[in-house]
Amino acid sequence: MACETCTCIGEITDEQREKVREIIDYYEGKSGVLIQVLHEAQQVVGYLPREIQVMIAEGLDIPLSEVYSVVTFYALFSLKPKGRNVISVCKGTACYVKGVDAIMEKLGEDLGVKGEDTTDDGRFSVEIVRCMGACGLGPVVRVNEDIYARVKSDQIKVILDKYE
Amino acid sequence: MDMLTVTIDGNKVQVPAGSTILDAAHAAGVDIPTLCYLKDTNVVGVCRVCVVEVEGAKSLQAACVAPASDGMVVRTNTPAVREARRTVLELIISNHPYECLTCERSGNCELQALADRFNIREIEYEGEKHKFPVDSSSPSIVRDPNKCILCRRCVSVCQDTQSVCALAPNDRGFDTMVGPAFADDLMEAVCTMCGQCVLACPVGALTESDATEYVWAALADPTKHVVVQTAPAVRASIGEELGMPAGSRVTGQMVAALRRLGFDKVFDTDFTADLTIMEEGYELLERLKAGGVLPLITSCSPGWIKFIEHFFPDLLPHVSTCKSPQQMFGALAKTYYAEKAGIDPKDIYVVSIMPCTAKKFEAKRPEMTSSGYPDIDAVLTTRELGRMIREAGIDFPSLPAEDYDDPLGMSTGAAVIFGASGGVMEAALRTVYEVVTDSELENIDFEDVRGIEGCKEAQVDINGTVVNVAVTNGLKNARQLLERISKGDADYHFVEIMACPGGCIGGGGQPIPTDRETRLKRISAIYEEDRNMPLRKSHLNPQVQELYKEFLGEPLGEKSHELLHTHYVPRSRV
Repeated sequence: MACETCTCIGEITDEQREKVREIIDYYEGKSGVLIQVLHEAQQVVGYLPREIQVMIAEGLDIPLSEVYSVVTFYALFSLKPKGRNVISVCKGTACYVKGVDAIMEKLGEDLGVKGEDTTDDGRFSVEIVRCMGACGLGPVVRVNEDIYARVKSDQIKVILDKYE
Repeated sequence: MDMLTVTIDGNKVQVPAGSTILDAAHAAGVDIPTLCYLKDTNVVGVCRVCVVEVEGAKSLQAACVAPASDGMVVRTNTPAVREARRTVLELIISNHPYECLTCERSGNCELQALADRFNIREIEYEGEKHKFPVDSSSPSIVRDPNKCILCRRCVSVCQDTQSVCALAPNDRGFDTMVGPAFADDLMEAVCTMCGQCVLACPVGALTESDATEYVWAALADPTKHVVVQTAPAVRASIGEELGMPAGSRVTGQMVAALRRLGFDKVFDTDFTADLTIMEEGYELLERLKAGGVLPLITSCSPGWIKFIEHFFPDLLPHVSTCKSPQQMFGALAKTYYAEKAGIDPKDIYVVSIMPCTAKKFEAKRPEMTSSGYPDIDAVLTTRELGRMIREAGIDFPSLPAEDYDDPLGMSTGAAVIFGASGGVMEAALRTVYEVVTDSELENIDFEDVRGIEGCKEAQVDINGTVVNVAVTNGLKNARQLLERISKGDADYHFVEIMACPGGCIGGGGQPIPTDRETRLKRISAIYEEDRNMPLRKSHLNPQVQELYKEFLGEPLGEKSHELLHTHYVPRSRV
């Protein structure tokens, strides 16, 4: 579906298709390679849309139901393109105890997403991580490469405004 | 074989090495409850309803997967065990709709039965509940994921028994939903509509798409002439659906019950099974003579047809062009019978009683309208017919036996065995042998092709020509055979394939439970029915002979091609 008002995020290019094809060809005929192929394909395309999953299912002769089952099981794989900015929220024990739930709730409200998701405009993706090794600074939020320590809900808007 | 001694609730039993605790308990006469366990099919230990105490073990063990060991002491009914089982059940029920009153599986639901057995009267957990859309896209199967308890029995059957892989668990944790990839509808997925998942489901998450209301409406419509046909396998299972022992032969009572429901004519799919043998037998002879594509593969099973369309479209030229007996019947009911009875075909409403969910899909295929009307108007499974008979208050077991109506009710023993794996092959051989040799076949029982084994083979000498045949049932077995044919490793002339394990007696529309034991009993009933028929070869069916004389002309003739033959469509593999 072509959009007229915005630049679509996540459109697959022929070059990406070609690269995924090469990955499939490389692994074809070997067993136990599905996760590896999905991983490499996601590195090329940025996510795993239906078209790519169908290519992989057909190329490796694996049922599509199995491919999709694996993709939706592992947090590593995404059905949606990642946003321009990735917000990683720590849900390790310390950050959890220090109230990271309130941060998640606020992010959800401000961005219009539920849990781990990407905003419709492709500006942000929210992902949950398990401990960044900075438990004394909890709750910890990372946006791209920037770390924010002892984050409170009312700081979220200021933080998000820094990223386009 | 090494034997183990296991103590179950104080009683010592001997079981072979390799047994599970569940097997040992069974040997000791103790009924450990199970939910996700499906013998030989789904042995995964995920539901935890079968937990037991094992002396020396730190925690409770799932009896369905825990191996028994020599000297093991097991207790199956202690306070800790009862408490654990109750908690498991309460947690499952806490995310299960309280719709027992209106659920199709009420009274035959394994979760409901366990809730009753463990005296669960209230659920103290009030958690989130699923709200998934119900998938009623398919004319065969309805999927209600809200009722799903994630036991994965359907997944195992769909993947391992049938090798179809339309269903898989998607997402994780609380969000897990068993269904097709991308939450597609069954109609968009590679589903063959075989309905083996419906037989496997312990609850009401997978059911047939119920057509009884359409049939009741037609029966009540004075402008409709409503005729019914009964598939071979239904006479060996409808009694069971109505509370009689598995394998009860109730052909006459079934006919009587259908008349009491108000059908204007009670006919038999067996008539067109005999006709199928004539058409398919001649098709085989023609291919043998003219060097056509071999092996010829049977086309009666619509789940199998959709399977080859999805997964082996290149092999479609092997499939017989014969419509299934169900569709042949509909086409004749609205032409030959309409003419004979002087009824406008638009007023004829044809109902099929089938052991099958895929037959509902087949009836809706757009090409199945050769009379100018849909061949078939409504398809009911054995279970749906049982429902109608119960609703009408008919005391089925005490009905007097009645006979089918003429002319589409006459059949031979060769037709009734279509209901069991190997039956179409055996029926075809009985006829082809006599047509080719013009002499009587002495031993008409082809034991080699009978039974529930996955792949059966036989060789038959017909006038000096050795004909190699193979019979397979269950789609995974079919896949293996097709792969051999594809590679040129299979030197057969004629192959019978049925989608369901054991053939139609194990079809997706049959009584629940359908397991190995019930399949075997239904198969015995089918062959007993055959032995008791006065005629046992299709070409000797006098009404079929008359049909050719009066209407069709000859097998594979112009009229046959128009009404009784069809074509197939390649479908996507993903």
